[in-house]
Amino acid sequence: MPFYVSPEQAMKDKADYARKGIARGRSVVVLQYDDGILFVADNPSRALHKISEIYDRIAYAAVGKYNEFETLRLAGVRYADVNGYQYDRRDVTARGLANAYAQSLGNIFTETPKPYEVELVVAEVGEDADTDQIYRLTFDGSVRDEHGYVAMGGQVEAVEQALKERFSEGLSLAAALRAGVQSLEAQEADRRLEAKALEVAVLDRNREHRLFRRLTAPRIEELLSESS
Amino acid sequence: MFMSPGTSSFTEFLGSHHPDLMPDRRLTALGSGTSGAVDLPHATTIVAVTYPGGVVMAGDRRATSGNVIAQRDVEKVFRADELSAVAIAGTAGIGMEIVRLFQVEIEHYEKMEGRTLSLEGKANRLATMIRGNLGMAMQGLVVVPLFAGYDIERETGRIFSYDPAGGRYEEHDFYSIGSGSVFARGSLKKLWRADLSEDDAALACVQALYDAADDDSATGGPDLIRKIFPIVAAVTADGFRRLPEEEIADLAQAVVDGRYDSPGGPSAPLR
Repeated sequence: MPFYVSPEQAMKDKADYARKGIARGRSVVVLQYDDGILFVADNPSRALHKISEIYDRIAYAAVGKYNEFETLRLAGVRYADVNGYQYDRRDVTARGLANAYAQSLGNIFTETPKPYEVELVVAEVGEDADTDQIYRLTFDGSVRDEHGYVAMGGQVEAVEQALKERFSEGLSLAAALRAGVQSLEAQEADRRLEAKALEVAVLDRNREHRLFRRLTAPRIEELLSESS
Repeated sequence: MFMSPGTSSFTEFLGSHHPDLMPDRRLTALGSGTSGAVDLPHATTIVAVTYPGGVVMAGDRRATSGNVIAQRDVEKVFRADELSAVAIAGTAGIGMEIVRLFQVEIEHYEKMEGRTLSLEGKANRLATMIRGNLGMAMQGLVVVPLFAGYDIERETGRIFSYDPAGGRYEEHDFYSIGSGSVFARGSLKKLWRADLSEDDAALACVQALYDAADDDSATGGPDLIRKIFPIVAAVTADGFRRLPEEEIADLAQAVVDGRYDSPGGPSAPLR
């Protein structure tokens, strides 16, 4: 048992630990399409979600350890609802939420012995594709502002590569869903994902009030057959 | 603070972490004076009518402060969530604050729990909030809501009324609250049928509001000069829908035209 561990070593160990935890699960992809932002998760559970609504135009997707990203999701909903109630619904932004998450994750990473094994996306749909905002946060609190698409968790490199090949701007919902599903299938050779093994949701800028909607298994099937 | 485990209720979270944002705290200063010392705007008549497939809720647009008309185009009927509507009568400032909190409350629960509250669950949450205002109600700052929604389990529209102490009562067929409500309720009693269409239910609401405005000075009638008409909303299995202004304008015009010939409005058969 060493008495002294350098900060560099401690941080590296924590980061390696978190990365390993995150890589154990299955992937989630987030991508823009012509009417908004699409979220696709390789998740057979109907009840335990990896994709959720945070606020009118904001949604959340996460990979990693369930109890940890669920705690963050609940905190995000509270943060958004308190701010929307205190100021106005328009004053709740993905940027504000991403900053709050970055603070929490950064503090947990540096100050506690065990970092959170999570990676998140906070996305806000804008008036058009140019004003959509997608923020990706990692376990240590770093934030990246993404455009187009994001893949996280599981065999992320393979999924990201597949997504890069398939993504283009202005895809229809059916085409974007197909691209997302094919990318998730790249996690393992011969992996085929059926509608009921998928959790799919959208932020659709053409809706009213709350723009987040989950897609049902029949709707997912319909979209997949439409695009094949 | 945001990450502390616990409640799915927004009000409870707000009460323990941001008590200063609660409506009763925000407005305590108002209640601490002698009652009646300040003339706060009051919102008045609200009506709701069920029909097969849903419920229609409507409110006039007048807010009064003593004998003065404080506002001519105030809105008292609100979307509570996808399947319900809420409206207020009484002290406008407090009522609107409670409505805002109630809207966040039920949406917050839905997001936290991943399921929507039952219609009764929503009605009960609203009762709790009204009870929270009891202290101020005792000092004259009374606010009572009317809550109506579509119950997806029973596949029917339902109406709930409240007293200032948070008592919750389910009303059948139709109901009205506010200072003009006695007149509106009398009107609805004669107009309501079990087989109303949505259009007819909306028309019955506009007729009832006209009758309320006819006899209650705090209720505003349709203002054809300024083009200010009641707010009318329908809640069905397809969700909350506020009727477009042109539709309500047509209804209001029809009601006013009808009154040229018979000022008392449509009459019910005597026998």
